[in-house]
Amino acid sequence: MKNEASWSVVLPVILAAVLIAAWALLSTTGLFPASAFPAPMAVLQAFHGELTSGRLSNDIVTSLFRVCCGFLIAVGCGIPIGVWMGQITAVRLALLPLTNFFRNLSPLAWMPFAILWLGVGDAASIFLIFLSVFFPVVLATLAAVAGIPAVHFRVARSYGLRGFEKLTQVTLPAIMPQVITTLRVAAGVAWLVDVAAEMIAGRDGLGFAVMDSRNGLRTDILVVEMIVIGIIGVLIDRVLVQLTTISSVRWGYDR
Amino acid sequence: MTASSAPVQYPLEISGLSLSFGSIEVLRDVSIAIAPWEFVAVIGPSGCGKSTLLNVLSGEVIPSSGLVSRYGQARMIYQHDGLFPWQTVTENISLGLRSIADDNERFRQLQELLELIQLHGFENHYPHQLSGGMRQRVELARVLAGNSDVLLMDEPFSSLDYLTRLRMRGELTKLLEDRPRTVVLVTHDIEEAAQLADRIIVLTDRPARIRREISIHSPRPRDLTDSVVVDTTRRILAELDMDTVTEAK
Repeated sequence: MKNEASWSVVLPVILAAVLIAAWALLSTTGLFPASAFPAPMAVLQAFHGELTSGRLSNDIVTSLFRVCCGFLIAVGCGIPIGVWMGQITAVRLALLPLTNFFRNLSPLAWMPFAILWLGVGDAASIFLIFLSVFFPVVLATLAAVAGIPAVHFRVARSYGLRGFEKLTQVTLPAIMPQVITTLRVAAGVAWLVDVAAEMIAGRDGLGFAVMDSRNGLRTDILVVEMIVIGIIGVLIDRVLVQLTTISSVRWGYDR
Repeated sequence: MTASSAPVQYPLEISGLSLSFGSIEVLRDVSIAIAPWEFVAVIGPSGCGKSTLLNVLSGEVIPSSGLVSRYGQARMIYQHDGLFPWQTVTENISLGLRSIADDNERFRQLQELLELIQLHGFENHYPHQLSGGMRQRVELARVLAGNSDVLLMDEPFSSLDYLTRLRMRGELTKLLEDRPRTVVLVTHDIEEAAQLADRIIVLTDRPARIRREISIHSPRPRDLTDSVVVDTTRRILAELDMDTVTEAK
């Protein structure tokens, strides 16, 4: 174990083992009732049950589908609108106060309207995820565009890059590193919002499953779902962090 | 733009140029005519409007009064960060070759430029992976690419360390031998001007006027210790009222 890379695996594994051992020990003392404090073995059994019944994988697929839809639609709309606001002063002046307002309004406050308008199901969750991603992405894109050094545009002009070419060869690559950082943060928020949305406006998905377990007092299944939700959140970030390895954006992180 | 019927067509010519930013007068009645393939260095106290003059020549800034005429394609070299950090060496240089429609010809010229700046093997590197001197060499290749006519240089070597700066002067001289261009170099480096320029224009404090023009009739490359370089350096220092040490001797 000479290098940092191997320690970065070994230390967390040791810590996890210690925590699970403490958890197991605590649950054998009988200090807390098993229904409020499920033992590791009970959770493992519940995990097996959920897997074989297929419920867990269904909920995972449902939740991931919603997060992907909401996130991709929000990014697809947010980046162009952010660029537009960043480039045209009148648009920025007109839209910035509104954008700031909605960015600071919790997407969860939209829940009643989301259910009224879209009913219980995919659409309501996707709508709330969209709101949680769209406004931060717009603001971050706008700030990134406004921060592009003027020298890049002067170079673009003297080499005849205009219009669409300027957009794809100067403006967009110049904001990419900042936008990718924002996407990582926004994806984390989207995952949180998805679980919350499904708890109230869902008939399936991991958030609904959490609520369902609570109502059935199946805390062992609840723990399984909590662990799965946390792991998927980490995995989503692991996927998005791959974007920072694209060679044409490394300049934004290496210096 | 000019109404004159001068026999010589100057690639760059300004006459009676004045410029103010709000209440700040930056340039006052500046006239310069630059001959084809001439290398002109502009020197002056810091903040006197040297860079502004360059921006007028490039067309970036419109003067308050006076005439500017420019023939051919002018390209600017910046102090640093002029390269696109998201593009490789090849992509950055190719920006200067956009006017060439034929793919093979463009590739051939790209190879030639890489050869010229001795950066073979670094084609796919990004600017942040290169040293400061290498980055400025890529900038030089980019402005020399294709059919540019006029190079406008805004303190291009000022962010480099002293030895690299000396080496870059030699490189620039060599590159211009291979691909002659009309050059305007704005610098605060007096030696640099004395070593490189055919003509040095010394500006006054703001509002900048032309204080003195010094022509150097000596072939390049010039060594830093050549008498013509040393003499010119001394003359410029005198013009800038920086010759107290010389006088004390």
